[in-house]
Amino acid sequence: MVALVGDNGAGKSTLIKCIAGTHQPDEGTIFFDGKEVKIHTPSDATRLGIETVYQDLALCDNLDVVQNMFLGRESVARILPHIVEPLSELGMETRSLKVLGDLNVTTIGSVRTRVASLSGGQRQSVAISRAVMWNSKVVLLDEPTAALGVAQTAQVHALIKRLREQGLGVVVISHNIQEVFEVSDRIVVLRLGRRVATFTHQETTPEKVVAAIMGARAETAA
Amino acid sequence: MATAQAPEPGALEEAAQAIRQEGVVGALRVLGGTARDRFRQGELGAAPVTVALVVIWTYFQTQESVFLSGRNLSNLVLQISVTGTIAIGIVLVLLLGEIDLSVGSIAILCSAILGAAVVRNDWPWWAGILLMVLVGAAIGAFQGFWFAVIGVPAFVVTLAGLLGWQGVEQRVLGTEGTINVFESHISAITTSFLPHVWGWVLAIALAALYAFTHLQEQVRRRRAGLPSQPMVVVAVRAALTAALALFVVAILNGSLKNVWVFGDYDLGVPTAGVILLGLVIFFSWLTTRTRFGRYMYAVGGNAEAARRAGINVAHIRIYVFALCGMLAAIGGLIQTSRLGAASLAIDPGPVTLEAIAAAVIGGTSLFGGRGNVWSALLGALVIGSVANGLDLQTQPSYVKLMVEGAILLLAVTVDALARRGRAAAGR
Repeated sequence: MVALVGDNGAGKSTLIKCIAGTHQPDEGTIFFDGKEVKIHTPSDATRLGIETVYQDLALCDNLDVVQNMFLGRESVARILPHIVEPLSELGMETRSLKVLGDLNVTTIGSVRTRVASLSGGQRQSVAISRAVMWNSKVVLLDEPTAALGVAQTAQVHALIKRLREQGLGVVVISHNIQEVFEVSDRIVVLRLGRRVATFTHQETTPEKVVAAIMGARAETAA
Repeated sequence: MATAQAPEPGALEEAAQAIRQEGVVGALRVLGGTARDRFRQGELGAAPVTVALVVIWTYFQTQESVFLSGRNLSNLVLQISVTGTIAIGIVLVLLLGEIDLSVGSIAILCSAILGAAVVRNDWPWWAGILLMVLVGAAIGAFQGFWFAVIGVPAFVVTLAGLLGWQGVEQRVLGTEGTINVFESHISAITTSFLPHVWGWVLAIALAALYAFTHLQEQVRRRRAGLPSQPMVVVAVRAALTAALALFVVAILNGSLKNVWVFGDYDLGVPTAGVILLGLVIFFSWLTTRTRFGRYMYAVGGNAEAARRAGINVAHIRIYVFALCGMLAAIGGLIQTSRLGAASLAIDPGPVTLEAIAAAVIGGTSLFGGRGNVWSALLGALVIGSVANGLDLQTQPSYVKLMVEGAILLLAVTVDALARRGRAAAGR
C-alpha cells in the first residue's frame, strides 16, 4: 500500500493518469511486474490488471450500479457472435451483488438503483468495488475521500484496508496526512513532477513528510 | 412496547402505495412497474405522454365523432409514419446528449436520390432504396465524424447540413423540380395494408413476445435469487399489452365494424405502421439489450467516464449519427411513397422540428442519457393526433402551429423540471 503525496501541481494526478492510460507521458518508462510495458489507452492498463478510481467519480449518473460496475466490460450471450450478442443482465447483477458483499459494502439498497441517487460514499464504494472485481493487481485511488464526510470517509478507509487484506497493490493519492498514515505502508513524496522522498510508515513522522512536501528537506530525505 | 407499536417505514410505504393504487396514479404505477421510483429520481418515463395521449384522444373524440374511427386511426398511422421513423434517429442522438438538425434535409435529399435512381435511371426499386439508405447513413457518419473527431459542435455541423443537403437536393432534382415516383413497390409502402390474417398474427406474436420475454426474465431472476416483480404485476402488464394489440388490430381489420365509434373501415393494418413498429422494436432492443446501446447511454450520461471505462466514444458517436441519417433516409422513403414524388416544394424544416419535438414530447431528455426509443412513437402519436384532430375541426394552420409549439414547450419544461428533481435527489 503506497501513498502518493505532494502539494497542488506536484504531478500526482498526472502520474496516475499516465499509468491508467488516459494521459500519454512525454517521456519515461513504466515497469510492471519487473517488465517494461507500454500503456496507450485505458484498456491497455486494465489488460495489465491496473484499475483506477478517479478523484471526480468516473461513474455514469444515468446508469444503475450494475451497469456502472460492468461498464466497458459487459458480459454478453453470444447467440450469433459479433451480430446478436444480448447483454447477460442476470449474470452481471449476481456478480455485482457478490463483489459488493465480499467487500462488505452493505449500504446500497438495490444494485438496480441509478447512481444519481446514491450518496458520495456509496458512489465511491461502487467505484472502488468496480476497480477490484477484475482480478486486478494494482488499484490506483486518486483522492478517494476528498469529497466525502467523516462517516463516509471511514467507510472508504475500511474498504481500502480490505483491498490490502485481499493482497492487492494499492496506490492512494491524498492531501490528508492523517489519512496517509492511517492506510499506507510506504509514502512517496512528489514535488514539481519529481519524486523527492520515500518513507516507510514506521520510520517516519507526519512532520518529516510535510517538510518533504514543502521542499524543506528534499535533498537529504531522499 | 412503544417501539413495537411504531409503524415500520416499510409498512408506511406499502400503505401509501395502496392508497395511490386506488387512483389513476396507482394504475400507472402498475403499468410502469417502478414508475414511482423513477419519478422520485426524475425519471418520468412514458407516464406523462401516455396521460397526454389519453386526454388528447378523449378531447377530440368528444369534439369530432369520427376521431377514433378505424378510418381515421389508419390515417393517423400513415400521418405519423414519417415523423415517427425520423424521430427514432433523433432519440438515438438525444441519448448521446446531442442534436441533429439536418434530418429533414437528409430525408428530402435521399428522396430525390431515390427518384433519380428509380425513375430517371430505371434502377430496380430495391437498388434505389438500398442506395438512398446507404447515402443517408454515409451523410450521418460524415456529420458524426465532423462532430466526434474534428470537434465541431453537433448543433453547428447539422445546421450546416440542414442548409447544405437541401442544396444538394435541389441540384439532384434540377430545373424540373419534381420527380414523380409511382413505382408500385415504393407506392405500396403507404398504400397497402396487411391482410387481416397477418394482422391477427402480428398482434398475437407481439403479445406473446412481450409476455414471454418478461415472464422469462422474472422466472430467471427468481431462480438466481435476485429480487423479482410479483407475477401478478407481470401478468397484468402482459394481459394489457395483449389486449391493446388485439384491440387495435380488431379496429383496423373491421372486426368492430359499426360498433360504438369505429365506423365501417376494414382495410387492415397499414404497412407503413408495421414498418414503424418494427423499427421501434428493433432499436428498442438495440438500445436496451446490447453493449452498443449501453455505451450510447454511458456516453450521453458521462462521456469522460465512458472514455475512462475503455469505450471508444468517437466510434459510438459516429455510429449513432450514421443510424440517425439512415433512419432519416427511411423517413424520406416513406414520405416519397406518400406524396408519390420527390419535390422541391417539400420544406425540410417542419419534418425536422416535428421529429425532434416528437422525441422530446415522448419523454427523451434533451440533456442526454435518459429516454427510450418508444418515446419516438408516443411523441409522434401526440403530435400526429393533435394535427389530425385540428384538421378534422378544419382549424386554420396558425392554430395548429401554436398548439404544437405549446405542447413542445410543455414537454421540454417537464424535462427541465425532472432534471432539476434529479439534481436535488442526486446530492
